[in-house]
Amino acid sequence: MPGTIVDDVELIDAGHGGGTPPPAGGDDDGDSSGSRRPIPRRAYFTALQLGLAAIVMFFMALASSYIVRKGLGVDWQSTPLPRVLWFNTAILLASSATIVLARKKLQSGEREAFQSWWWVTTGLGLLFLAGQVIAWRQLAAAGMLLATNPSSSFFYLLTAAHGAHLAGGILALFYVAFRPWSRSRISQSTAAELASIYWHFMDGLWIFLFALLTLGR
Amino acid sequence: MVTHENGGGHGQHQPPSGFIRKWIFSIDHKVIGVQYLLLALFSVFVGMALSLLMRLHLGWPTAKFAFFHGGQMTPEQYLALMTMHGTIMVFMVLTTAPQSGFGNYFLPIQIGAADMAFPVLNMLSFWTTFVSLVVMICAFFVSGGAPIGGWTSYPPLSALGEIVGPGQGGGETLWIVGLAIFCGASLMGALNFITTLIDLRAKGMTLGRLPLTCWTWFVTAILGLLAFGVLLAACILLLLDRLAGTSFFIPGGLVVTDQVITWHKGGSPLLWQHLFWFFGHPEVYIAILPGMGVASHLLSTFSRKPVFGYRAMVGAVCGIGFLGFCVWGHHMFISGMSPYSAFAFSILTMTIGVPSAIKTFNWLGTLWGGKIQFNCAMLYALGFVSLFVSGGLSGLFLAQPALDLYLHDGYFVVAHFHLIMGVAAIFGMFAGLYFWFPKMFGRFMNEGIGKVHFWLTFIGVYAIFMPMHFLGLAGNPRRYSEMTAGPFLQKLQPVHVFISIAAFITIGAQLIFLFNFIWSLFAGKEAKDENPWHATTLEWSIPSPPPHDNFGGVEPVVYHGPYEFSVPGAADDFIPQHLAPELVRKAQ
Repeated sequence: MPGTIVDDVELIDAGHGGGTPPPAGGDDDGDSSGSRRPIPRRAYFTALQLGLAAIVMFFMALASSYIVRKGLGVDWQSTPLPRVLWFNTAILLASSATIVLARKKLQSGEREAFQSWWWVTTGLGLLFLAGQVIAWRQLAAAGMLLATNPSSSFFYLLTAAHGAHLAGGILALFYVAFRPWSRSRISQSTAAELASIYWHFMDGLWIFLFALLTLGR
Repeated sequence: MVTHENGGGHGQHQPPSGFIRKWIFSIDHKVIGVQYLLLALFSVFVGMALSLLMRLHLGWPTAKFAFFHGGQMTPEQYLALMTMHGTIMVFMVLTTAPQSGFGNYFLPIQIGAADMAFPVLNMLSFWTTFVSLVVMICAFFVSGGAPIGGWTSYPPLSALGEIVGPGQGGGETLWIVGLAIFCGASLMGALNFITTLIDLRAKGMTLGRLPLTCWTWFVTAILGLLAFGVLLAACILLLLDRLAGTSFFIPGGLVVTDQVITWHKGGSPLLWQHLFWFFGHPEVYIAILPGMGVASHLLSTFSRKPVFGYRAMVGAVCGIGFLGFCVWGHHMFISGMSPYSAFAFSILTMTIGVPSAIKTFNWLGTLWGGKIQFNCAMLYALGFVSLFVSGGLSGLFLAQPALDLYLHDGYFVVAHFHLIMGVAAIFGMFAGLYFWFPKMFGRFMNEGIGKVHFWLTFIGVYAIFMPMHFLGLAGNPRRYSEMTAGPFLQKLQPVHVFISIAAFITIGAQLIFLFNFIWSLFAGKEAKDENPWHATTLEWSIPSPPPHDNFGGVEPVVYHGPYEFSVPGAADDFIPQHLAPELVRKAQ
């Protein structure tokens, strides 16, 4: 229950220099200077989970539309999935591993290692998107465009929707890397944790969509 | 999804300065709440104007009017009015004012917070809503005009473009785009509400001490969070059908004015209906739940009694919210669905009657034996209960597939949803406004004018919508621009004339409300006491209007439940939530 979670002690990160841990169990980070209270750290996690819930509903609507439309039977033609999609999947899985690694480096204070692995993750994310564009171009070259048949329509739609959300995740990665965290209400470590939860979710979502497209073809 | 409060490293030490930061791009939840209320106020008058024109035509279908270039209203013009009336009222009035308007203003205060969890996101969600309204209004002004497919926008009519009729070109596209933007705005708002409620409650404000207004804003936000994503998906699919040549919703073999549609096939209009109504049913609970919260709150306050069965009320709100996701098929009984599915949806729909009845009986239980104060806010709350029962009962009839086969797409349905949404929910808003006006603006609305407005409206809406039940039972179809085809419809024309006249009077009466609202802003009786109603919740413990940071930088502590009225042993007939136990005056 949110009310009973002790706020995590903020470990070493830039600009905070080992500051005092926030009070346990409270719903306030203890800023008593008279300025507007900062919100508790867990609120960011609540918000992220809610956002993910909304995104799940959006993709479930698309997925169920896919299943219904396929089941209508009339004009469904298999869309051959470009092989590059497997490569892209591997890249995305790798990026999930590198983001975990990056966060571990941040927690143990190795800032430069954190930054390197964070950039690797960002790069892998961009590489994934490039790979998706390549997949699109291969499909288009084979004559399967958005409106060619319902199967191809869903392919472009689902990959584009996922790609758009992943692009948002990449923006979040840039934000974690570039924002001046010393002047923020939360630490870079918290922001990195939030970004990585979102990133893993995008990874998992891609696995789901890829499986759907593969099984449904 | 990482979001931060405004202000970078320095918090907001003092209120923002400058007109733009203070009133336009404000991040203060109170200003944003008022902005939403003003957007809804504008929209409700636009919506009423549209319905005025509709009733004019329905009452006198052959009459010619100067503003139609000396001619008659065409059926397509009527359908365009009807479509935009429904859309603007449902989205821009009923989804904004009760939740984003009053909820934004009072949720943080009632839970003891200084603002919403994410004030910048809050500001963004208002301005996104504003943009969506602008985009939708633009539909009136493009070539072909506003769309004609109803607020439900069923394909293939909504998917085929201009060939199916005026307004289905640019107008429909703008409508869909505006709606998609609205989905984004609503999702942002819902996220903010839920996070605030879960994580920003003051010390002592347990879930069991939340006012029922907060409970309804909570469940409503959850409904919005889970439903609007589905509508967004549906809008995207529809846009692709219209603009990119896909066939998600468009079947093959269609013929439109002698033209065979060859470039679409295989799609399913039913798919749209499922997606739309999976959103659409929670949407109508989004429209009504906050009004229920306000009604509970006011009935208790102005009976000087606790809410009867607080926990049952909370359970009922949650039950209504959950079941609301399970009943979308009752909008599709005549779609050709399996009768077994229809049976399941029917049973589930009737089940919603249980928590609704619990709430109704608990409202009556709250009133029973109370010391009732019949001020305007209370009158509207009582009116809400009456209209909710009237509108809700017809829902039970419509929930029977066998009956709905006949009643679907007729005036019985129109009566049902107008009484529930168009009136009960609106009365919830009136009640909230009269109640909270002194807190928001430091002045009272005029009680005398308010009572005139109440009675005219209360009688007027019954005069408008009760006869519609009979029209529906007589077989009068809805979405017809005139009842001139055939003797059985023509015989019903006098009822339409009666309804139209009642509508003109009732719409006219709303000008009384508008006058009261604007006049009271400037010249209403000053509310010198910060708690004129002797209410218990936290908003009545701070000045009117509240300061920028609500509680002056001090976090309130809550000691009591939200409805401690007439507590045995206490000297006063109410105990504010924040009053420390040692300060509660005991009776002699």
